[in-house]
Amino acid sequence: MSILVDSKSRVLVQGITGREGTFHSRACREYGTAIVAGVTPGRGGSDHEGVPVFHTVREAVEKTGADVSLIFVPPVAAADAILESADAGLPLVVCITEGIPIADMVKVRATLERRGTTRLIGPNCPGIITPGACKIGIMPGYIHKPGPVGVVSRSGTLTYEAVAQLTRRGIGQSTCIGIGGDPISGTSFVDVLRLFQQDPVTEAVVLIGEIGGGAEEEAARFARREMNKPIVSFIAGQTAPPGRRMGHAGAIISGGQGTAAGKMKTLEDCGVRVVRSPEEIGESVERALKDTSGRRR
Amino acid sequence: MLAERRNRCQKGLSGRIRRVKIHEYQAKQILARFGVPVPKGEVAFNPKDAAAIAARLGGRAVLKAQIHAGGRGKGGGVKIAANVEEADQIARQMIGMTLVTPQTGPAGRKVRRVLVEETLQIAREIYVGVTLDRGRGAPVVMASAEGGVNIEEIARDRPEAILREPVDPLLGFRAYQARRLAFGLGLKGDEVKQAVSIFTGLMRACEETDASLAEINPLIVTTQGALMALDAKVNFDDNALFRHPEIRELRDTDEEEPLEVEASAHGLNYIKLDGTVGCMVNGAGLAMATMDVIKLVGGAPANFLDVGGGASAEQVAAAFRILMADPKVKAVLINIFGGILRVDVLARGVADAARQVGVKFPVVARLEGTNVEEGRRILQQAGLNLTLADGMLDAARKVVGLAGNR
Repeated sequence: MSILVDSKSRVLVQGITGREGTFHSRACREYGTAIVAGVTPGRGGSDHEGVPVFHTVREAVEKTGADVSLIFVPPVAAADAILESADAGLPLVVCITEGIPIADMVKVRATLERRGTTRLIGPNCPGIITPGACKIGIMPGYIHKPGPVGVVSRSGTLTYEAVAQLTRRGIGQSTCIGIGGDPISGTSFVDVLRLFQQDPVTEAVVLIGEIGGGAEEEAARFARREMNKPIVSFIAGQTAPPGRRMGHAGAIISGGQGTAAGKMKTLEDCGVRVVRSPEEIGESVERALKDTSGRRR
Repeated sequence: MLAERRNRCQKGLSGRIRRVKIHEYQAKQILARFGVPVPKGEVAFNPKDAAAIAARLGGRAVLKAQIHAGGRGKGGGVKIAANVEEADQIARQMIGMTLVTPQTGPAGRKVRRVLVEETLQIAREIYVGVTLDRGRGAPVVMASAEGGVNIEEIARDRPEAILREPVDPLLGFRAYQARRLAFGLGLKGDEVKQAVSIFTGLMRACEETDASLAEINPLIVTTQGALMALDAKVNFDDNALFRHPEIRELRDTDEEEPLEVEASAHGLNYIKLDGTVGCMVNGAGLAMATMDVIKLVGGAPANFLDVGGGASAEQVAAAFRILMADPKVKAVLINIFGGILRVDVLARGVADAARQVGVKFPVVARLEGTNVEEGRRILQQAGLNLTLADGMLDAARKVVGLAGNR
């Protein structure tokens, strides 16, 4: 078991003929992911490294039965690409693109929330992987291993760091999700924690946050309220220099949330195991798993 | 700030401007285009022009130093001239001075431009601002009857004193919301009409320039009953600059750290700090975590540098040259976990830079990810004083040791 994606997932890639799209589609296929279609407007009817290419997402879905879209479209057209996938009825869209204007994402998120039929992961994220089953994103597949730990993170490379530590200790992962570092993202920490709590395979969760916003604080309160699986957390940016001022409005709306120290305290207060160095993530998870299995016996 | 800046790396678009900050007078010009009344005034680059502007305003004028930092009044950056001669005197003293404010740091900023404006009789000071409410994923318009310099304390101590109108992303900011704010502020009669026009203009300015923040503080009511933006601040969404050439032109590189200007010319996300360990990392989260670990083992990072996801070998070479141009750097830590950025591409960039300029300090590299073996091989053959590390903590200990021994 896993969350959101598994070996049955059928993936279409928007922007498959671009440089990044080509490179990472190939890596996903090598990992074993079923990449069943590509979409590049104007290239429909062609074949890209053995994958059929379509002009539109709707056509690709009708012809191939794809149920996940992976987006590598440049920032200027990425919001449109997400909406096209939602309009074609895809339940899951993973957007890797970095640099989408905030105003575009504000409209996309509001539209998706109103429709209620499509979950967006990202943008500006490494994607999602269920080790041993399918990789839908840009993470290096070989560092992963199937197992009981769910990983959710706002950062890309820091997620790989955590995963590699787990794997080195022989601890596998159920599903790893990068929710993205943009101010507006489709899926929140809380959304993913809820899924991990329901997933029978996931026994513990690694949550990697960073300074800014209030998503980690919300996750902490959710964990206290609704989770009984242990969570290990690292917050990046403990030593980041105080920001050059972003005006008063940012400070007013954040209401004092957003610092690493504040996030770590809230998480600790809510029973999350907070580590100070990313190097301690693996060890802390190992201990958490032992404690839980001890409780079961 | 790092969180704000983590999104600036654009795939495959090296050399584009990642970030534009603007001066008060430029913010006022933008707001004025959307119908927000601002005091009469002009910007001057020398005392002669400042005096001429003051003369056009009738002699009496306020001179405001234009730097990219707030708190200017407390540092002597805002002064009133009673007549043209005084305006000339103040401008002579202000232009070229180093202004230190709570936001500039102890080094301060050199003043190169002054805004010369008419003086006004103030009856009331209001705060109004628009920003993104990340939790809701939509803009919010905020206003307070108690504008001025203490607005953040008010927000903290008495949050009920801040009125908030969430904006529906698909419907936009509605007139009734602007009216609700105006009445909530206790405005009356014609003031309400003026306020509604100002609030909607502020929101439109945000939408049409892709501003991430726009605020008027204070929005004054003059003794004659006119509402006017006495000070204004506008920040932009860096991701949207590609569709605003007119805003890219407002950039003032005199206000930026020279190495940061150089980095931005190469499409790199770099922030200069004061330590001795130069850092080159991919991904903002890992870059911040690397700085955290360096501090944890007793060192101090010289910079934040995220070479980003899709950096080319040329960009990496430029990044390495920038690290070498920082005189404080004693040793460099390269921490790469390759996903999009392949480790071999990074290694080739570092090797190129090493060949071009010669590297005078030790380099510790911690490499993992896509094509890592090839990357290690390239780096080992690059003629560097290179130490390979196993893990972040090991890398940090090694580099801090090397930086300390020099």
